[in-house]
Amino acid sequence: MFVTEAAEHQQNQTQQEQPLLEVRNLAVNFKVHGSDVAAVKDVSLSIPRGKTVAIVGESGSGKSVTSQAILGILPANGYIASGEIIYNHQSTRIDIAQLSPKGSQMRDLRGNQISIIFQEPMVSLSPVHTLLDQIGEALKLHKQVSKSGLRDAVLRMLEKTGFPDPERALTQYPFELSGGLRQRAMIAMALICQPSLLIADEPTTALDVTVQAQILQLIKSLQSEFGMSVLLITHDLGVVANMADDVVVMFHGEVVERGPIEALFNNPQHPYLKALFAAIPTFDMEDDARLQSLRPVTLDSKYLKQHRHQWTEEQKAIAPHLCIRNLCKDYQTRHGSWQGQASITHAVRDFNLQIPVGESFGLVGESGCGKTTLSKMLMRALEPTQGEILYNDGGQQININQLTDEQMRSFRPKMQFVFQDPFSSLSPRMTVLDILQEPFIIHGIGDPQSNKERAKELMHLVGLDTRFLNRYPHSFSGGQRQRISIARALALEPDLLILDEPVSALDVSVQAQILNLLKDLQQDLGLTYLFISHNLAVVDYIADRIGVMCRGQLVEIAPRHTLFRDPRHPYTHALMAAIPYPELDRPLDHSQLDRRHMDPTGWPEPFKLIDDDPGQMREIGPDHFIREMTTP
Amino acid sequence: MLKYLAKRILLMIPTLVVISMLVFIIIQLPPGDYLESYIAELESQGESVDPQKIEFLREEYGLNMPLWKQYLVWVTGFVQGDLGYSFEYNLPVSEVIGDKMWLTIIVSFFTILVTWAIAFPIGIYSATHPYSWSDYGLTLVGFLGLATPNFLLALVMLYLANRYFGTSIGGLMDPEYMDQPWSWAKIKSVLEHLWIPVLVIGTSGTAGMIRRLRANLMDELRKPYVVTGRAKGMGETRLLVKYPLRLSLNFFIADIGSILPSIISGAEVVAVVLSLPTTGPILLAALQSQDMYLAGSFLMFLAMLTVIGVLISDIALAMLDPRIRLQGGSKK
Repeated sequence: MFVTEAAEHQQNQTQQEQPLLEVRNLAVNFKVHGSDVAAVKDVSLSIPRGKTVAIVGESGSGKSVTSQAILGILPANGYIASGEIIYNHQSTRIDIAQLSPKGSQMRDLRGNQISIIFQEPMVSLSPVHTLLDQIGEALKLHKQVSKSGLRDAVLRMLEKTGFPDPERALTQYPFELSGGLRQRAMIAMALICQPSLLIADEPTTALDVTVQAQILQLIKSLQSEFGMSVLLITHDLGVVANMADDVVVMFHGEVVERGPIEALFNNPQHPYLKALFAAIPTFDMEDDARLQSLRPVTLDSKYLKQHRHQWTEEQKAIAPHLCIRNLCKDYQTRHGSWQGQASITHAVRDFNLQIPVGESFGLVGESGCGKTTLSKMLMRALEPTQGEILYNDGGQQININQLTDEQMRSFRPKMQFVFQDPFSSLSPRMTVLDILQEPFIIHGIGDPQSNKERAKELMHLVGLDTRFLNRYPHSFSGGQRQRISIARALALEPDLLILDEPVSALDVSVQAQILNLLKDLQQDLGLTYLFISHNLAVVDYIADRIGVMCRGQLVEIAPRHTLFRDPRHPYTHALMAAIPYPELDRPLDHSQLDRRHMDPTGWPEPFKLIDDDPGQMREIGPDHFIREMTTP
Repeated sequence: MLKYLAKRILLMIPTLVVISMLVFIIIQLPPGDYLESYIAELESQGESVDPQKIEFLREEYGLNMPLWKQYLVWVTGFVQGDLGYSFEYNLPVSEVIGDKMWLTIIVSFFTILVTWAIAFPIGIYSATHPYSWSDYGLTLVGFLGLATPNFLLALVMLYLANRYFGTSIGGLMDPEYMDQPWSWAKIKSVLEHLWIPVLVIGTSGTAGMIRRLRANLMDELRKPYVVTGRAKGMGETRLLVKYPLRLSLNFFIADIGSILPSIISGAEVVAVVLSLPTTGPILLAALQSQDMYLAGSFLMFLAMLTVIGVLISDIALAMLDPRIRLQGGSKK
């Protein structure tokens, strides 16, 4: 009698101590063209009960593959070559690596005991099924529930995940929701069976910083409520610092360092992890501080400089390089399912900005704030509803909107554009040489021989080997492609470059490389930049002056140091509070992420803006402007 | 929804008016009219034509009226259900088409059913087992079906059916049942003959649909929401049917718009080769001999069915896909 009790007690004890999930010497291979390619090599990690383990690494490091192996959802050509994935549930001990991925035993675990949320909540949800259908499905598959019980359960889950109107959300489709709400729906779906392990695969990478902060907080609070473990997969050390108890660092399919977060953050050992820390831009860097890229590039601008003519001081002094006056763009949107009820949305409203020659101006705002609409209007891809754009062309003022098509054509070379996505902005059917020559051909400059020379110079300029000229874009990495598109933008020797989120599709380490390249180019060639990004820290690294944009309007403009030391606008406060720092003693400040900071109608006076009142900019310090309500 | 429907139906009226004008003009485009080609035919056979009779006929049929007047006469008659008179058959158009319409619909209906019944399983199998030997094999068969001219296939099938099953050559029934009232024996004979035109007309459609279904489904199978479903613990079959298959069906619904007119026009050339008593050959002959009221009525029917078919497929699409239903009207 005594013995059994003691044994039972001991068993309970070991169960408590046993980690929920143990991965031992896991190797995952992919069959590619008949041969095996190792994606994950000899990976071991353990996930304790109720704790969060983060896997950190850049794209292609095998971190997502590890999570897919745990869930048995590897792509069709991937398989577990060796190793164990031990799942300790209550008194049973299951080796997931031994289960057939499509078998019923694995299906019972998936979505029930272990579930996952993905990076792209839009494409990860079916667009033609309602939330009730998709969220309830997980519960229906694993538990016996009545129809009304199912509805209640989904409703409760939507409430828990912070839907403002859960009743209405039941019948909504994913495309009717914002990115943040979609991710909340995804979380609701993953957690409805109350799993003991949640795998979060880059859950916030596709989201705005403020939304990211909210989602992270939501995951954290639900974790403590359900007492589940979380396996967080991310490339963002700032997110790790805010979420994780243990950290595993992966590089090229292997674990290079792992341990409790304090040890890793305070005393990183592996050179890769150290390099990763040095590559992250933070919001308070010194003027001459430089990011350390893992793969630094050396640029060679001597050729290009020969072609360029320097602006004289007089030319610079005549007018700002770019002067945007009272720019507005309205869209007509029709609401309602079948009948047309037109309403007007102000994508850009009352926008005034002057960028002096040679300045790097950073524009920060979240998705939907109108920053892309603005850049399109500057390139005249969209006609503004109102307002004018003046360009200083070597001392001569040009009104871009009044140029004829002919004049516009000859004006184009002066102002060029770098796109966000280096994958879709380069034609897959053209070699790099063709891509770099095309601007010359379009504008009828030079002959094939000289154009090839120029293309080579451009490759030098962005630190790429000229032997790559005959390759196609698909054989380059994301960072290399972005360098090619920067080279293309510089081909016609523009004086002003508009960069629309040029690094947001890139890994942190590559991001540092591109940012350094852009910074050097700007200083070397004396370019003027309009740098658009949602990441305040990135903008801060590259810009001299920063403008914060919200709902189509600039709400605060200031030199970068001023903005950091003395931000005045509540929205700027919110943006700054939402940046996750890769430092353990600087957790996210959620108190700033409420309606009083995020919503123009909720801003305290004098910042409060309502529909009829776009407000006006007021100078409150040297070069420091904030938008306030118009005093009646 | 109702308002949208009303709007769409009202929009059909001007569309059809424009089509009727085009139809009329195109039929009149070749030089001369029915009577002239009729005279030419008689003269080429060495027969003389009484000019007075011609003049009388021209008066009778209104062929000497200005073009716009002829058009108005035709259109007003059409709206009132009077389809006009066929010169070639010396019968009202409605009587010429009448019986044949039913047979055409039967042939087309079975063709569509067979097309779907073959294309769906094969398309789904090909998409879920891509680049396998079975996929390549089915693909090859599909391409053969696409590439073989239908009339050639028709001749081969006629020969085989006659040789091995003793089915009579051509037609939709044994000659003894022609112009007989419908009876069980006649229906049996029709069914016996039906499978040849159904297979012949259906092959290229089936092959095309397999290719499209395979391509669409393969695109959908790669989408992340499939992984999401799997991660929920769904079984593979249910997962396939509920998510990727459902989303790959839009092309199929959109096809309905073009199915309706093809029911009537059928496959003309095949129908001629198989001497099917369907409407296809009549349309062909009417166009050749400038039998304007018959041809005009046909083309107008086709136009109406196209317009109605497109409307039906639009409504079905909106019902199936909430993205179209809820976002359709928004302009950016």
